[in-house]
Amino acid sequence: MPAPFDLLPLFGKGILVTLQLAAASAALAFVVSFVAGLSRLSKLRVLRWVTAGYVETFRGSSLLVQMFWFMYAFSILFEMRSMPPFLAGALAIGLNYGAYGSEIVRSAVKAVPKGQTEASVALNFTAFQRMRLVILPQAFRMMLPSFGNLLIELLKATSLASLITIGDMTYRANVINNTLYRTEEIYLILLLLYFVIAYPLLRLTRWYERNASAGRS
Amino acid sequence: MAEKWSWTAVSELLPLLLEGAKTTVIITIAGFLVAGLFGLLFAMLRRSPSKIVSKASGVVIDFIRCTPLLVQAFFLYFALPEIIHVRIDKYAAGIAALGLHYATYLSEVYRAGIDNVPKGQWEASRALNFGKAQTWLRIVLPQAIPPIVPVMGNYFIMMFKETPILIVIALPEMLLQAKLYGSANFRYIEAYTMVGLIFLLLSLPSSYLFRRLETKLNRR
Repeated sequence: MPAPFDLLPLFGKGILVTLQLAAASAALAFVVSFVAGLSRLSKLRVLRWVTAGYVETFRGSSLLVQMFWFMYAFSILFEMRSMPPFLAGALAIGLNYGAYGSEIVRSAVKAVPKGQTEASVALNFTAFQRMRLVILPQAFRMMLPSFGNLLIELLKATSLASLITIGDMTYRANVINNTLYRTEEIYLILLLLYFVIAYPLLRLTRWYERNASAGRS
Repeated sequence: MAEKWSWTAVSELLPLLLEGAKTTVIITIAGFLVAGLFGLLFAMLRRSPSKIVSKASGVVIDFIRCTPLLVQAFFLYFALPEIIHVRIDKYAAGIAALGLHYATYLSEVYRAGIDNVPKGQWEASRALNFGKAQTWLRIVLPQAIPPIVPVMGNYFIMMFKETPILIVIALPEMLLQAKLYGSANFRYIEAYTMVGLIFLLLSLPSSYLFRRLETKLNRR
């Protein structure tokens, strides 16, 4: 293999860890987005306030700080055995992006025309049926491009997990660099690896954005 | 066992963290100036009539957007000096990484602002025989920028929250101060909790202000 690409096999396991961490935290973020987004629209004031507190806390501070907090403060504070790094990373990323995602869910649900709610009330739907059969299917279409962009951000954010010793691509790059000192090639490959994973997502999101608006006013 | 939360540690930490907060804010402002300038440049290059310039700048923007800020900081501070054989200061590398990364987001914001200037304004300025520079500086930008100020403000706050990443190039911002104190005194709970709180304290009021500015500007 030509010069810089002979390094590629060394990244092997790191690529897998990055993808696993992205998948785990994206799944958590997705669930949290819906739970928090819908409970902020709830009639119960307590529920609204608690979720607002969660969302503002995670959006208002820094992801890396949250990650360090989960990794080094959380377990001492609650007298647990130290938290596995992968869990701390996935929790921090998932809860942080879930907070951003909940705003996507909330604004999309609110953007569904009022008449739809009224019509489903007129048809004697229960609140649950109304959400599941009328509002969410329409809101979901609106959420997709924003979720696509959020997923790209989340993927990039997994690189931070290298700082709490998760063996992802970035961590592998640092390890390889400490033994081989081929700094410029190693970090160039690392940049390319992230690009190769994220770029299809970016194209897909743009494609959907163009197509979803085509033929609708 | 030592007590869980020590107020002595808090009082020792506070001056260190405020020192770090100063660096964090300065880096954010400097980075934002770079982002504002390069964002505008990216937006204008993207609109260039030359297909090659427009496509090439699109590729550069997408590449920066699709790669993590952390790795870009590594690249600028550790790898670039090997390529160009010039030592790069950590402040310069940090500001450049933050600035260039956010320039790609701001270029989208500028684009929206520029697209919102009515076509007639371009035509009118051509009819009046204005030059290209004059059209941009005196007709288009003064109308494009004020409506996008609140959105740019949001990116400013996002940037502020990403500065801790620069811990990897040993920039003495808040998180590094917390980490140093934490490892010297084994007081991680106070250190990391307080950094989080200071971030909240600084970013929540400013995002509230930008939201108010947005409703105010939309009402006009």
